[in-house]
Amino acid sequence: MDFTMLFNAFWVGGLFCLLAQILIDKTRMTPARIMVSYVVAGVILTAIGVYEPLVKFAGCGATVPIIGFGYTLAKGVVKAIDESGLLGVLCGGVKGAACGISAAIFFGFVCSLLFKPKAKK
Amino acid sequence: MKNQTITVDNVYIKSTFSSVGTKESEGPLSEFFDAKYSDDLLGQDSWEKAESTLIKNTVSGALTAAKMTSNDVDLLFAGDLLNQCTASSLGLKAFDIPFFGLYGACSTFVESMMLASLAISGGFANTAIAATSSHFCSSQKQYRFPLEYGEVRTPTSQWTVTGSGCAVLTREKTKLKINKITVGKIVDLGITDANNMGAAMAPSAADTIYAHLGGAKKDHDDYDCIITGDLATVGTELLIELMAQKNIDIRRKHLDCGSLIFDRSRQNVDAGGSGCGCIASVFSGFFAKKLLNKEITKVLLIGTGALMSPSSVLLGEPIAGISHAIEIEAVN
Amino acid sequence: MDVKAREKKYSKLVKKKSPSSELFKDMCRAFVVGGLICVVGQLLSFYIESFGLKKEDVSSITSSLLILIGALLTGLGWYDNIARYGKAGTLVPITGFANSIVSPAMEYKTEGYILGVGAKMFIIAGPVLVYGISASVIYGVVYYFMK
Repeated sequence: MDFTMLFNAFWVGGLFCLLAQILIDKTRMTPARIMVSYVVAGVILTAIGVYEPLVKFAGCGATVPIIGFGYTLAKGVVKAIDESGLLGVLCGGVKGAACGISAAIFFGFVCSLLFKPKAKK
Repeated sequence: MKNQTITVDNVYIKSTFSSVGTKESEGPLSEFFDAKYSDDLLGQDSWEKAESTLIKNTVSGALTAAKMTSNDVDLLFAGDLLNQCTASSLGLKAFDIPFFGLYGACSTFVESMMLASLAISGGFANTAIAATSSHFCSSQKQYRFPLEYGEVRTPTSQWTVTGSGCAVLTREKTKLKINKITVGKIVDLGITDANNMGAAMAPSAADTIYAHLGGAKKDHDDYDCIITGDLATVGTELLIELMAQKNIDIRRKHLDCGSLIFDRSRQNVDAGGSGCGCIASVFSGFFAKKLLNKEITKVLLIGTGALMSPSSVLLGEPIAGISHAIEIEAVN
Repeated sequence: MDVKAREKKYSKLVKKKSPSSELFKDMCRAFVVGGLICVVGQLLSFYIESFGLKKEDVSSITSSLLILIGALLTGLGWYDNIARYGKAGTLVPITGFANSIVSPAMEYKTEGYILGVGAKMFIIAGPVLVYGISASVIYGVVYYFMK
């Protein structure tokens, strides 16, 4: 097993979370805003070529945080444009992230069938 | 400035009743509540229906305690925090009593007691009921996030009380008399953080207490307690500071239902409790009993409300506060 | 005193009296919990890789599995408890995205399967899709003409 990669995943992923925590505590940004900013940042960082090396370096530390969702979208667009030209602009992003989106929607639906929210203490 | 304080005559509290959910039953005031539910759904299939059952059972309890039936009641004033007073209108329709649905955020309990007092004092009713409820789960769903969402709570946020309180007011003489009411004004000092409602409400509480003391030409030493609804720790600090700026020191007299109902050190509620079930259940359960026992004889009860809605927060509008005060005295 | 000055003075007072978050403690928790979730993802992806799959498929399967884990923990009512401890450490990883879709789906079940579950599922995660996909389309246009 590649322990360096594991270690990198830990601290890079941890740092993304730490940054979000600072934003919450210091700017009172709502979770939805943070998630949106992260995803858009992921697209931009991939576009300027910063994110790909980070993914190579930290693996899941870069792809598991929601910012990696932006990376997946951006990478999907590039791949689709290279393959099918202008049409790729529209279908590339979602194609890249299709697995994650469908999984979240379907599991959400299944969970709503199986579980009930519990009263909190 | 207009006089906000009105003296009411012949208004007495015949009975009170309080109901609370699980977390409140584990709190420091547990022994004082009349009904304690261990199932926060109360056997219903949604939080909204659970809350409406809560207020229904509370009003039934208060009627039983007053040895009355719904036929003996002329008017019913009630409200809650849900969209268009869902809990009260669903829960109270079966009583078949002429009904006023009210919204004054967490000040609704005192607002409804005030209006009931006015109706009785004005001779328009002999018996009127005031009741409110709130439920942590239904409020969480409406104002914040789904229950299972991993919300990051801030230290100024408050925990909505699952509880309900009801008071039956009559013209008939009893041991608890309502003397005066002070109608609050909307006070807005530009607070926009929906997770710091104590800060949004404190200025209005200060405004109303000041108006009441000025209007009633009274010193606050007259009162054994000045009780606010749900300012919690942050709002309490602010209220005391704001009153100090007007040269009134209420630190010794002040109690806050939101701070009393939970034990902050072990119950994970951050700043304290909130919701219109908070003051309703704490007054009906705790203070009413203390007054009847003559442990305290005269209190000023102040319902504090943060006038916000899910849409006003999204529009970025500031959260204004409103506070109503009512003076209650134990008489012979 | 005019309104603006009063508001300013009050907001200073509020700042003074409101307890601030324990930033350092929160940061540590977010770092550790978030880092650990990424480590779980990394371990999963090592395991999936050992079957000799394509690199992109490995990453898709890993994300889907993490989403499944997030969804299950939400359904069982544990995710919000972990979040109470882990703060942003549970918000940022893709498990948090799953949580933000699954929790409203469960909560709004009482309002029906079409307008409750179906429509309200996206109340928190919807913006992520809207802005993520829009950003990717804009980037696509730029990439197409710059290529």
